[in-house]
Amino acid sequence: MNDPGTPRVGVITFPGSLDDRDALDAVELMGGEGVPLWHAERDLRSVHAVILPGGFSHGDYLRCGAIAAHAPIMAEVAAFAERGGPVLGICNGFQILCEAGLLAGALIRNRSLRFVCRDVWLRVETAATVVTSDLTPGETIRVPVKHGEGQFVATGDQLARIEEGGLVVFRYSSQDGVTGEDHNPNGATHHIAGIRNEAGNVVGLMPHPEHAVDPDVGPTGGQAVFASLLASAMAGAGA
Amino acid sequence: MTTYTFEVLVSLKAGLADPQGKAVESALPALGWTNVANVRVGKHVRFDVRSDSEQDAREQVEDMARRLLSNPVIEDFRVLATEGT
Amino acid sequence: MHRELGLIDEELEAIVERLGRAPTREELAMYAAMWSEHCSYKSSKVHLRTLPTEGNAVLVGPGQDAGAVDIGDGLAVVFKMESHSHPSAIEPYQGAATGVGGIVRDIISMGARPVALLDPLMFGPLTQERNRWLMAGVVAGIGGYGNCIGVPTVGGEVRFADPHSANPTVDVMCVGIAPADRLVTAASHTPQAGSLMVLYGASTGLDGIGGVSVLASATLDGSAEASRPSVQIGDPFAEKLLIEASLELVEKGLLEGLQDLGGAGITCAVSESAARAGLGAELDLDRVPLRDPAMEAFEILTSESQERMLAIVPPSKLEEARAVCRHWGLASAVIAELVEGETLTVHHHGDEVAAVPARSLADEGPVYERPVAAPDRSNGDDPTFRPFEGEIREAFLAILSSPDVASKRWVFEQYDSIVQGQTVAAAGSDAAVVRVPGTMKGIALSCDGKGRFGALDPYLGAAHAVAESARNVAVTGARPLAITNCLNFGNPERPRVMWEFAEAIRGIRDACVALETPVTGGNVSFYNETGESVIWPTPVIGMLGLLDDHRLRVPTAFPRAGLAIYVLGETLAELGGSEFSATVWNSVAGRPPVLNLVEERALLDALQAMASEALLASAHDCADGGLAIALAECAIEGGHGFAVRIGGDLPPHVALFSESASRAIVSVAPEHEAALAERGARHGVPCTRLGETGGPRAVFDGLFEVSVAELVDVYEGAIPRLLGETA
Repeated sequence: MNDPGTPRVGVITFPGSLDDRDALDAVELMGGEGVPLWHAERDLRSVHAVILPGGFSHGDYLRCGAIAAHAPIMAEVAAFAERGGPVLGICNGFQILCEAGLLAGALIRNRSLRFVCRDVWLRVETAATVVTSDLTPGETIRVPVKHGEGQFVATGDQLARIEEGGLVVFRYSSQDGVTGEDHNPNGATHHIAGIRNEAGNVVGLMPHPEHAVDPDVGPTGGQAVFASLLASAMAGAGA
Repeated sequence: MTTYTFEVLVSLKAGLADPQGKAVESALPALGWTNVANVRVGKHVRFDVRSDSEQDAREQVEDMARRLLSNPVIEDFRVLATEGT
Repeated sequence: MHRELGLIDEELEAIVERLGRAPTREELAMYAAMWSEHCSYKSSKVHLRTLPTEGNAVLVGPGQDAGAVDIGDGLAVVFKMESHSHPSAIEPYQGAATGVGGIVRDIISMGARPVALLDPLMFGPLTQERNRWLMAGVVAGIGGYGNCIGVPTVGGEVRFADPHSANPTVDVMCVGIAPADRLVTAASHTPQAGSLMVLYGASTGLDGIGGVSVLASATLDGSAEASRPSVQIGDPFAEKLLIEASLELVEKGLLEGLQDLGGAGITCAVSESAARAGLGAELDLDRVPLRDPAMEAFEILTSESQERMLAIVPPSKLEEARAVCRHWGLASAVIAELVEGETLTVHHHGDEVAAVPARSLADEGPVYERPVAAPDRSNGDDPTFRPFEGEIREAFLAILSSPDVASKRWVFEQYDSIVQGQTVAAAGSDAAVVRVPGTMKGIALSCDGKGRFGALDPYLGAAHAVAESARNVAVTGARPLAITNCLNFGNPERPRVMWEFAEAIRGIRDACVALETPVTGGNVSFYNETGESVIWPTPVIGMLGLLDDHRLRVPTAFPRAGLAIYVLGETLAELGGSEFSATVWNSVAGRPPVLNLVEERALLDALQAMASEALLASAHDCADGGLAIALAECAIEGGHGFAVRIGGDLPPHVALFSESASRAIVSVAPEHEAALAERGARHGVPCTRLGETGGPRAVFDGLFEVSVAELVDVYEGAIPRLLGETA
């Protein structure tokens, strides 16, 4: 382990996870210690935060994230979240959190029926989460999306609770923060790109902040997300 | 113990937009059918279950459907028994 | 019966003579698969042997699963291109998907981690519904498979031409990286007698039975339905697990050999591995995990079920190897043992069903010197001298919106181009640039085919493809190192087609020798014809280049206002085979532009020198649509307009749209102009100042102007409009 001042962030690899390596790299680049975790083990290895990465766990078979939601490690993740530990679900990770009931709603096929890989602008809706504490509501950040099943939907009740409870964390928007169909890559309800749980320690989003930390290869809107996550991890709200 | 074959039909909840269904609906006129509406695309899962009674098997299948085969946020399901051997 | 499997009478006689008896049914199936065109290269071998394959940096040349090049820092780049055109014509999604699967397995069988995919595609005109359907399916299939295995698709080409309506071309290139001392090759890993052949991955089913000999070695006729059982279904999730398990087997030093299963399935993997080791093998088909328990011996032998690999493992390492497979959720089974001698013996249900010399399957396939005959026709009147009375602004916009030239965003946004986090440049760049982890290096990758030039002159078309791919790499500042290729042609039993092939090989050879980019391997796709429709001779080149420092990569588009624009190289009056002629006059005629390989080499060297000194703010290859389109593309990508004056004596439309080779558009900061001129002179490359970047308009002084906004609308909107969608 690194020195005790360095936050340990676990990244779970499920069979078919693809951006696990990229999430670990982003953690390291932003000053944390990346800890690989395996889906079949019931051990979070004393991490201070958990990331469920992007990819196609179990090939997206049945439904995206449906099978991974029942992985042995998910019981530990649920308990960790219950204790207030920071949990970030990215893309497939967001899908798994919804399937596991740790977040409300579900992700279905993009309205265009096509996979889309492009950079988008996200408007920050709240700073009251473990990944937006370093950001200001109303500010916009640039990150890539790459998914075929990113359209966020929810039951009428869930949607009401999400909007009224301020549970939306990010919305797709223009650079100036204006929402609209033109800026929504997948048709998500109310242009929702990411949401949180009531306590604000579990966040899921479809865009990929881990691919937006290195200026050599893309935009850097993800730096603030990871900075917030590492700060939350250090605040020791878990493990 | 008997082997029962069940089918679970999983469909999108009524209120949800179904882009796949829309795509299918738009493609049919090009083939000559202009009398079709309300296309919804779902999933069909078929499998064999060993149990002492059909009733017990059915209950197990409904449990599987609730917990894994369908997502109650966005889907409904129906269980059909097909044959027993 | 042999004829039903695709063997000609003489081939059957050769088999009988080799075995000293008539072959069993199983042996017949094995020979039919291994001696098919697709597996044995029987029509192309004599020509392929004339290609330059050696170079200082080449670690592995043609003959292995893929080529490998040393890039320093103890690392090797492994790469190869393959076609999957015939299956894609029948079932576009799965045909393209399994094409990706196959080429990726070629890369991992060398022990390399796949880091990039590129896909050069050719379809018929999008005005026809069937071509739109084919393109949508192929692109969805490449994305569906490539995205799911976590390998970024970073480049490729999409071109449209009538001959591809009946015969789409779907080629896929994969690039991987491995520590040079861990490459799995015949030289580095020597299997011993007594070692075990472990089949791992998916189970074996009825996929693609006889696909190799039935599909790829015969032209398509109307009976697509009958061919359907020969098309395979891909499972990218299984492939992802296969990648991880295979690389772990290599990393742990558990292997004496690794082979992927592609065309001719188990027969190919077992016979090739045994033959390469100078050994025989005892293969027990009862040990093969089957999806369909009622499969016959010949079906098991030739099944092309996807996502399977064959590992050669010494007995002492077997348990550990199987544990690795188990960890990744993959089934594994010992199906054969290497033995002394040369015979591959096959058992099924206790009976011996085949006993043949392994080498006769793998290496002793027939080699044909098929007759060649140049065609009698002329290329028609050269459009270079045809008077143009139209409106030049209109012609410019027509070319900009032609499907070959217009933005392919509709395609590339369906591909994950960023997974693995190393993509420095992808769409919008002349060559994709991918970082090499653990170093400051970047590899530059480009695929290019010049079908229209090839239709007019196969020698020149092939040479231009090599030159253009080298140029696309060099404009990023990288050094072109080596190529892979995919040679797409018609029926080689026709002397005219064989002539085109031989000419193309000659063109590739001359260009590769002059540019010092040896051929490390590739693929030949014959029989791309249906009835009267045959594709243009279309060799596609996959170029690998190296940037010593990826931070010195030169972008393609104008990065800001206030820069000076230069064209490097010389524009001659050459509209033969051009976009201008095809778009404005609907004509493919004349001679392709000349290719002076000395001048091309000088340009490549000059670009690299200028890039290494950070003199260039941007550099873009000047090719399809000539100067005018190259300038427009620089403005569209970067958002900055320009004002240029095209001097010289050529008629304006010729000056703007001539497709002369060996040219690049560069932009430089004013303080670097003197240095640019000096470097150009030093390398013997003409540098002509055209104008400056800046402003919201693209101005061709004295001719016409267009706003950048309109350029973007025309360029980005063309393909979506053709598909009936909004941009």
